[in-house]
Amino acid sequence: MRHPLRTMLAVCGAAALLATGCTSTAPEEGGDDGPAGSGTGQQSSFFVQADYDEQIAQRAVTPTGPADQPWLQAISPQLVDTAKYKKAGKHTICFSNAGVNNPWRVVGWTTMQAEAKLHPEIAALTAVDAEGKDDKQISDIDGLLASKKCSALIVSPNTTAALTPAVEKACQAGLPVIVFDRGVNTDCPVTFIHPIGGYAFGATAAEFLTDKVKKDGKILALRILPGVDVLETRWAAAKVIFDKADVDVVGVEFTDGDAAKVKTIVNDYLERHGSIDGVWMDAGATSVAAAEAFEDAGQKVPVITGEDQQDFLRLWQEKKLTAVAPTYPTYQWRTPIVAALDILAGKQVPKEWVLPQPTITEENLGQYVLPQLPPLHYALCGCEKMPGFPQNWGGDQ
Amino acid sequence: MTVTAPPPATAAPERSASRAWRLLRAVPPIWLVLAAVIVLIAWRNPTFVEPAPFLAFLRRCAPLAVLAAGQVFVIIAGEFDLSVGALVTAVVVVAARLSDGDAGNTWWLIPLLLAGGALVGLVNGLVTTRLRVPSFIATLGMLLVLSGAVFLWSGGAPRGSLADNFRQFGRFGVEIPGLGQLPYAVLILVAIGVGLWLLLSHTRFGHQVYAAGGNPRAAGLSGVDVRRVRTAAFVISGLSAVVAGVLLGGFTGVTAEAGVGYEFQAIAAVVLGGAVLGGGRGSVGAALAGALTLQSVFTLLNLLGLAKSLRDAVQGLIIIGAAAYAAHRLRRSG
Repeated sequence: MRHPLRTMLAVCGAAALLATGCTSTAPEEGGDDGPAGSGTGQQSSFFVQADYDEQIAQRAVTPTGPADQPWLQAISPQLVDTAKYKKAGKHTICFSNAGVNNPWRVVGWTTMQAEAKLHPEIAALTAVDAEGKDDKQISDIDGLLASKKCSALIVSPNTTAALTPAVEKACQAGLPVIVFDRGVNTDCPVTFIHPIGGYAFGATAAEFLTDKVKKDGKILALRILPGVDVLETRWAAAKVIFDKADVDVVGVEFTDGDAAKVKTIVNDYLERHGSIDGVWMDAGATSVAAAEAFEDAGQKVPVITGEDQQDFLRLWQEKKLTAVAPTYPTYQWRTPIVAALDILAGKQVPKEWVLPQPTITEENLGQYVLPQLPPLHYALCGCEKMPGFPQNWGGDQ
Repeated sequence: MTVTAPPPATAAPERSASRAWRLLRAVPPIWLVLAAVIVLIAWRNPTFVEPAPFLAFLRRCAPLAVLAAGQVFVIIAGEFDLSVGALVTAVVVVAARLSDGDAGNTWWLIPLLLAGGALVGLVNGLVTTRLRVPSFIATLGMLLVLSGAVFLWSGGAPRGSLADNFRQFGRFGVEIPGLGQLPYAVLILVAIGVGLWLLLSHTRFGHQVYAAGGNPRAAGLSGVDVRRVRTAAFVISGLSAVVAGVLLGGFTGVTAEAGVGYEFQAIAAVVLGGAVLGGGRGSVGAALAGALTLQSVFTLLNLLGLAKSLRDAVQGLIIIGAAAYAAHRLRRSG
């Protein structure tokens, strides 16, 4: 009998110790006017001031290229010569894909396949799915190189550091290599294609909140998980903006991207603080769940940020939310195919191909709501005029 | 025990104290752990134990609790059901596609889903008992089949949406004056909890489940059709997964990851409730308490504001600690 009691005491004691040992993240118990916020915490170790400044500036730059085809546009491109890769005849384009393990990648991959079909000079698009595993992607790239059938290699890396040697090896094999979405730590690829980036995403959402939430309003930040560069930069930028504006960030929570956890966390915060005036999200997949948590608690949905997924855009339009949706456009999946063909034709391409990253606001919301498409479709696929739309993207005709 | 027996100096208080202690010992240990966690939560956030927030908490627990109440049958019968998480996901994705947001489809959709869940359970049971594939492998295979089929069918991104009258079970409730909203999910949880408890503890079938898991040979010799009993346990687990899927889909809406990880949470809840992997021991009530404990530990760690990595580690420690405590108590009480 004494043992279990002692164990229990030890567990409780440990929990209490841990709680006091982490006061920087623990919510402070305040007076009657509600507890004060825990603040934004320490800056992320992924934060690089120069990159932040660059992306903040890039948001205002007018990109070169056709305005109605943003996947062909580039921001301040530095062109490189590709004459040495010029190759006649039909091409086999090889693609090592990190995975199709979330709706964003599903929409992107569908769009890329449609893009490849638009070009008769492509004999085949050979794609290998790494299923979200670094080791599989490394051996996938080895396999593609060993097959000696690839005219060009497109890589969407699963993680940055782990895939760098594999990409370097592909470069040494003499193939033109195109990297997009997440980067690698080498400049050997001919071009690296990506939208402006995470700092711009996070900052746009945070600026909207600091602008729309009333002074002394309470802001809750919901993040998916720590330690992933593309997500860390989003939060890092938001932290800079929130700190500068001196707003009350009552909590920064990790949700694992799980809708049930999001609702639970929002509910807990509503119980603890009575009300929340703004919600910052590092990705839009669970924005609807966050908004519903307010509705279920009988409260008005506060100022909220999301992304270009249809379910959120529809809710926004129906309920007339005060919202903004920065995007990480899926149309970037079209660009690597275009780049590969440009390179094989000996045309110049940007060394770093920075695509524009539009923001959905109340003014342009209407053009992105697509009722015939499934709830998890990403609006900025740039695929509306492609053959097979919308049924190949899961939509009804 | 020998060290704790004090000299009987004052007889009367000693007797009442020992009676209280006996009463306390009759309570399955998991309820004490649950009470301790809830006290800790209430200490950090007194509003938690008010009716409305507490009912909201129970609503959040309902899907896992229903899963655990089904899983406990399979575990007591001496098997595992790892397919329930994938089945929950399948229920949400299939319901969204077939319902397509049309309230008129709900009335036939729910019986159809229940039939599907029963079928999955039946296949699990037959593969385990007739083909003699260990249930760990049979249901792991079912997990892969279901998640693969869902992915194939949906292309990775679910289509359609859930109608409001489908979602109400997991999201809304009946308004009760002075108490706030009594969630349907809590009513369903109570109904299923009581129903399964009666089935397991007060029927012939229930006794056969214990017998099939405790000593299958003895049970077989005394006339229990062990294979049929085990198959029925899988069917109950499959049905409970469908109910959990309906509740979870209602609570969160359509996601492709609805049930991810729920199979292990359900098994953890059952073990926390004192069931023994391998069969023969456990109860519906304690499994429900295990599920509530898991969810309340999550709430507590959330309230304490621990960093995510630390939170996972502490959650793991608490689970191991609570299971060890339960096993320890079980050994001592014989």
